[in-house]
Amino acid sequence: MLRHWLRKTRYGAQAAVLAALGSGVAFASGPQATPSIFAPASTPAAQINSVAYFVLEITGAIFFVVAGLLTYVLIRYRARDTDDNSEPAQIYGSNQVELAWTVIPVLIVVVLFLTTARMIFAIQDAPKPKSALDVTVVGHQFWWEYRYPDLGIVAANELHVPLSSKDSPKPTFLKLLSADVDHSYWVPQLSGKIDLIPNHPNELWIDPLQPGLYYGQCAQFCGVEHAKMLLRVYVDTPEEFAAWVKNQQQPGVQDPSVAAGRRVFETQACMNCHAVRGTAATGRFGPDLTHLMSRDTIASGVAPNTKENLRQWIKDPDSFKPGSLMPAMQLNDEQLDQLTAYLATLK
Amino acid sequence: MSAIPLTPHVSDTEHPWHLPYRGRVGMYCLIIGESAIFVIFVVAYIFYIGKSLYGPTPQQVLEVPILNSIALLSSSVTIWLAERALEHKKMKPFMLFWAVTIFLGAFFLVGTGIEWYKLIYQDGLTISTNLFGTTFYSLVGLHATHVIFGLFGLSLVLFFALTGRIRDEHAEKIQVLALYWHFVDAIWIVVFTVVYIIGR
Amino acid sequence: MADSTFPNPAAPIHGALDLTPPALGRRTLLEILHSWIVTVDHKKLGLLYVLYGTFFMLVGGAEAIAIRIQLARPNNHFLSPQVYNRFFTMHGTTMVFLVGMTIIFGFGNYLVPLMIGARDMAFPRLNAFSFWVTAFGGLLLYYSFLGGSGLYGVGNAPDVGWFAYAPLTARAFSPGHATDYWAIALIVTGFGTVGTALNIVATAFCMRCKGMTLMRMPLFVWVMVVDSALTLITITPLTAAQIMLLIDRYLGGHFFDTQAGGSALAWIHFFWIFGHPEVYVLVLPAFAIANEVIPTFSRKAIFGYPAMVAASVGIAFVSLGVWAHHMFTVGMTSASNAFFTLSTMIVGIPTGIKIFNWLATMWGGRIRFTTSMLFLIAFVFQFLIAGLTGIMLSVSPWDWQLHNSYFVIAHFHYVLVGAIITAIFGGMYYWFPKATGRMLDETLGKWHFWLFTIGFHVTFDVMHIPGILGMPRSIYTYEANRGWGTLNMIVSIGGIIQGIAVLIFLWNIIVSLRSGKEAGNDPWDAWTLEWATSSPPPDYNFATEPVVGSRRPLWDLKHPEDPDWKYEA
Repeated sequence: MLRHWLRKTRYGAQAAVLAALGSGVAFASGPQATPSIFAPASTPAAQINSVAYFVLEITGAIFFVVAGLLTYVLIRYRARDTDDNSEPAQIYGSNQVELAWTVIPVLIVVVLFLTTARMIFAIQDAPKPKSALDVTVVGHQFWWEYRYPDLGIVAANELHVPLSSKDSPKPTFLKLLSADVDHSYWVPQLSGKIDLIPNHPNELWIDPLQPGLYYGQCAQFCGVEHAKMLLRVYVDTPEEFAAWVKNQQQPGVQDPSVAAGRRVFETQACMNCHAVRGTAATGRFGPDLTHLMSRDTIASGVAPNTKENLRQWIKDPDSFKPGSLMPAMQLNDEQLDQLTAYLATLK
Repeated sequence: MSAIPLTPHVSDTEHPWHLPYRGRVGMYCLIIGESAIFVIFVVAYIFYIGKSLYGPTPQQVLEVPILNSIALLSSSVTIWLAERALEHKKMKPFMLFWAVTIFLGAFFLVGTGIEWYKLIYQDGLTISTNLFGTTFYSLVGLHATHVIFGLFGLSLVLFFALTGRIRDEHAEKIQVLALYWHFVDAIWIVVFTVVYIIGR
Repeated sequence: MADSTFPNPAAPIHGALDLTPPALGRRTLLEILHSWIVTVDHKKLGLLYVLYGTFFMLVGGAEAIAIRIQLARPNNHFLSPQVYNRFFTMHGTTMVFLVGMTIIFGFGNYLVPLMIGARDMAFPRLNAFSFWVTAFGGLLLYYSFLGGSGLYGVGNAPDVGWFAYAPLTARAFSPGHATDYWAIALIVTGFGTVGTALNIVATAFCMRCKGMTLMRMPLFVWVMVVDSALTLITITPLTAAQIMLLIDRYLGGHFFDTQAGGSALAWIHFFWIFGHPEVYVLVLPAFAIANEVIPTFSRKAIFGYPAMVAASVGIAFVSLGVWAHHMFTVGMTSASNAFFTLSTMIVGIPTGIKIFNWLATMWGGRIRFTTSMLFLIAFVFQFLIAGLTGIMLSVSPWDWQLHNSYFVIAHFHYVLVGAIITAIFGGMYYWFPKATGRMLDETLGKWHFWLFTIGFHVTFDVMHIPGILGMPRSIYTYEANRGWGTLNMIVSIGGIIQGIAVLIFLWNIIVSLRSGKEAGNDPWDAWTLEWATSSPPPDYNFATEPVVGSRRPLWDLKHPEDPDWKYEA
């Protein structure tokens, strides 16, 4: 905690200096387990950070002045035992004073508003460079669907994006849709949040400047397992990203040694909800499983992607995420073993 | 002797103390609150104009209810005549105009019912058909509900009048009820404009 | 200037007090209960509202404690997700509608007629109807805990958040009746709210005693009138939206049905068109209390009465134009975001002016630190902070980070608890003597104050931090590696401390009702009309109608050498 606070203060001081110098962009932090909004790793998050520090300075100054006055008044004008019972001088008002403390707040509002408006337009209406990557995000109860239209990729729950930099910007523009109720996409170190609202497409852009894994989660109450709709964004170096894309573009691995498991998958109604590209399974209700084993976690970040967890998840989803929309498929042990073996080949 | 004494600044003869009638203020408050409810339904109606994905459209099925509207709006005139009659202690004209008002209001309701019958059974437009159906029946229905409440109050007054319980000193209270009726008519002007003119 | 028409200022105040001994003999318990149920007396109804609200404050507080126990550690299993979601929904709904609205309208009901020298409200029977309808609505809401998934799954209680966003509330995503309880119970309480608001406006305009022009009304009355007028156009949009929701759920309507081309955003707009002015409805009465308590204990008239009236009216109007600052993340255009940033910052100006006026009232005064005043001083300090975090949230790019995080929860609890509940406690210490004839114990009061304030700051100062560190709201648990665990534990401990403080307060009430010091008419040496009659006042309030010549009629009587009417314009 202390280390984190020290880091925050250091970043805060530097960002304040930069903001004061008007440069508007603080340098980028690396990924961390605590997704702090004051550890920006992407351009829009850093821009937000700079305006945040500016506002904090002004509101902080207001606080110290007014609280200071309050403290002074309470001490200086307290009733003392030595008082006689006379009343103090009654002052009913003063037009000049009222004017003064109306005009000054108006001026403060003007300054704050102009700074803020500039940043709103800078972030929200930022032009999309040709090098930008397009990803469509579809929010579901309680998982994330990712489609890369230009790359022919469908993935789920773990977003891979390329690293960007000042010299060769490669931002990712997310188109936000919803298949059911309202959700919200919040990865604090990468950008502010924007909601996913059915029948109302939204857009969010990130410009990640440091590679690594960034955490976030759904930020609009969407039902019983809203708390477990976690976000994992992998900012890959160009090589890592290219490799990931190449793998995702392949159809599902066809390993004859797990044919029994594949039969379970296809006959036990799994394919009603799930898709494995290159097979007859084309369900869209649940996550695409073509490259399930390329993910570190299952159930949108809730558990590590191990064979044991996978088996347990299929046996009883409620044991990880009570209320998730995946039903317990009532499979017997043999089917579970075969199915898990099959899924484990979907790299 | 007064409780808190009169100060030299305030004297009964110079500044008679006159405050508004509380019934009227109360009714204005109710009208303001109800107007806010109607505003939300009107906004929803306007926002959803043209947005139905399927089903009958206003242009296809709506006929402008001219006769109905004339009846309802005339009832504001007749109720105003009734109020004036009561003020001048003319009980028979008061009861007559009041009864005509009720008749005109009931005529409006019957006309609305006939219109809805046609829309439901001939045109297949119900509240669940599409966005137009939902917003139309909600908005017009909300207004019709207020007409029903109004008619209930008006009928009660007619009953009291016919049984000889109303005198001219009740004029101000009667005017408060009439104010509600005028509000209902004013809302109809808005609903009519939005549904049958702007929305078609 | 003494003449035959001007009474001798040295003579005691006559006429307002009824010195005849009570004629009633002892009544049976049944008779007493019956008198409370059939009463149309604004004082009894006001007390019923406050008692009702205080009871539900304990219930809502228990829900909060349960929430805090669940969140004290990551991956806790104290409450299941279903139960947690019901609890946080009911906590919010209870606190806003069954505690906030009832207590503030209880205060208004009790004090407005007394302060304007009237015998009762404009519509006493409507007053009684409004209370009982509101009470029934609250019971209907809590009836939802029965049935459905049973008491262990906490029944059918609403579980969609107090804001009940569509389409989560559609039949498809919320089968069962939980959402219906939410919608119907609040429509019912809405009737009561509109009735009382209407009553307060009509009373203030039509029932003032002679000489009390609008600009001589106590500021408490002014602010309650503004508040009630605002309520009329605030609660009704929610009623409209809830009717639309019920039409969607039961008549196959499509208001919020995105499959049929409907708009989920429509609900969000309608809800916040209600929701934002609603928080001003809740906070204005705290200002009203401050406007009375702070001058009395500073021994100075309020600084800038006309400015305070203008600021209150200004706040009410501007508050109608800021609602979409709850929607900065829904994807509005940059121009809309900028507009609502500006309007929200603008509403901070008259609000800030009020803080300055309270400071100026205390400046040059002789401040007495009674328990009541301590609460109001804490109110000023905490409201200042709440307003400043509000400014932070108004900056829409920053709000893109802070929205729906624990920073927002900290901010609005700072207002609701740190400003509103704090001011209400102060008001209770101030007017309890008037309502009951006995003083609340000052020692217990100071324990209540300090424990509550310390607990409040432990919880809500710290709570800003998890929000900054990425913790969203409405989550029943969180990952252990996020670094939020210790902070949440501290927040929870502060909640327990506040709970203890509230229990001390309840003990104070019980003890003081039995053996508190006798208050007399005017224990605080105050200046408004309610202190001119006995404590508690007789049923008819004043034996003869008061006549006033300034904003502080009792000041004029106590200081005939220097009456206010010489200085007021």
